Amino acid sequence: MRGDHENMSEGEKDFTIQSYLEFLQNRKLMGSKCKKCGALYVPIRKLCTKCNTANMEWVEMSGKGELAAFTSITVGTPYFIQKGYDRNKPYCFSIIKLQEGPMVSAQLVGIDESKPDTIKIGMPVKVKFLETEIKGESKIDLGFEPN
Amino acid sequence: MGRLARKVALVGAGMSKFGNHFPVKRNPDLWIDAWLNAVESVDNGIEPKDIDACYVGNYSSDLFNHQGHLGPQMANLVGLTPKPASRFEGACASSGIALRQAIIAIASGVHDLVAVSGVECMTELPTAGVTDVLATASDSLFEYPAGATFPGLYATLASAHFHKYGTTEEDLMRVGIKNHANGAENPYAQMQSSIADMMKSKIAKIEKSGGDIPDWKDEFDYLKSSSNPIIAYPLRLFDCSLITDGSACLFLTSGEVAKKYTDTPIWITGTGQGSAALSLHDRDSLTSFIATKEASTQAYQMSGLRPKDIQICEVHDCFTIAEIVALEDLGFYEKGKAVEAIKNGETKRDGILPINTSGGLKSKGHPVGASGAAMAVEIFKQMKGKAERNRQVKFNIERAMTHNLGGSGGTCVVTIYER
Repeated sequence: MRGDHENMSEGEKDFTIQSYLEFLQNRKLMGSKCKKCGALYVPIRKLCTKCNTANMEWVEMSGKGELAAFTSITVGTPYFIQKGYDRNKPYCFSIIKLQEGPMVSAQLVGIDESKPDTIKIGMPVKVKFLETEIKGESKIDLGFEPN
Repeated sequence: MGRLARKVALVGAGMSKFGNHFPVKRNPDLWIDAWLNAVESVDNGIEPKDIDACYVGNYSSDLFNHQGHLGPQMANLVGLTPKPASRFEGACASSGIALRQAIIAIASGVHDLVAVSGVECMTELPTAGVTDVLATASDSLFEYPAGATFPGLYATLASAHFHKYGTTEEDLMRVGIKNHANGAENPYAQMQSSIADMMKSKIAKIEKSGGDIPDWKDEFDYLKSSSNPIIAYPLRLFDCSLITDGSACLFLTSGEVAKKYTDTPIWITGTGQGSAALSLHDRDSLTSFIATKEASTQAYQMSGLRPKDIQICEVHDCFTIAEIVALEDLGFYEKGKAVEAIKNGETKRDGILPINTSGGLKSKGHPVGASGAAMAVEIFKQMKGKAERNRQVKFNIERAMTHNLGGSGGTCVVTIYER
């Protein structure tokens, strides 16, 4: 990691994409909450588009939510092919509506990707931080599983 | 705000054959084919010296062909140098944006005649590479790490539409069956074959190789078989548009100048453009496109028309679900009701609201940056009564529309045409 912000304490982190991703690497799903109007953003924003104010605070999400939409992908991205997925081993891309309100994109695991008609929109889910090791480097991606 | 200060006319429109052309044809070769075809379509002829500016819609020649800066490159092919030449990018709505900017430039009085085009040469990359380039039209920061592909995002929207309105796989298949039936009548289309004919030739092939003859009763059985594999559930191969090389070209003029080129110009009376968050998760609705609603509302207001006034429309069917959602978002049908109208045949060539008579992106092909301009080519032909083979609609068209969507709905351009 480069940059000055690595020495900052959590509460001081600037509201940048990099800060959000660093939290994610530490297994924390964080949002930014507008101190003026209370609007909540995940992934984070620096400027509140509800009240046009740049005065945010970090808040950690409970990690609970429900499945809003999904697909089971057989022809995947190069990144997911690297992770070992293919036509015979599909993966599930999903949109999760968090208990706190915002929606996020995440991989859905713990379901049968090859039987997508058994996956139900509206089902309760909880966060699962997915560790991937590619070429010796470990990385955390956002995932969810049935709750 | 919201009106054209001068009248704007479409006086010529043409396209290259859409298909797999690389390396026989690259961007400049495709573009010149479209140019020559468009020149031929102008009733009284047109010459490069008449043209004030050259607008080129292109999504990603940078990544597909390692070439940026297409504006001056294309303009030079027909001797337009040193006239202004620009490239416009808005993913699959790139040439829709170029068209809109030309309308605005002419209406403002800055230009009298603009050549608007779109070009894309996708097959220089293998399919996996194309998929990856298309994925850059969605959100690379938060959707891509979660595994989103371009078909995957539309499949995700389809799952929400299925859940909310009871839409089914058969409803999607009807869109593909209709559009392929239209594409079979378009000599410029990439796949000039109906799905029924494809099924028959597949059976013939299996028969010849001595395999077990499949017991497909109709196209639906065929489309549910392993011959039509799932790409991203619930979307199968035949729910997806094609990977295509192609180009389209239009000539737009001011009202006064139009008379020189034709006695029967097509008037552009409405243009609108909308945007949305790139990420689906950042949007309020997963079953409709706010950019389409915004763009069409602007275009309707500008033209003074309402959805029921539109007689024919080319919509952005990059995936079958996208056509269904477009018919709802454009106001032709209430949310959840488009599938019933499609089932009743309303959107077929002989229906009350023919949709995608060209074959759409599904069958005509989808060279992304050229698709918006190519939609206007079909409308031009249909309104002039010059659609080839058996796809000319049987009534006089007074009012038409094109709907050009970018990426997974981040951009939309809607254009209204009148006689």
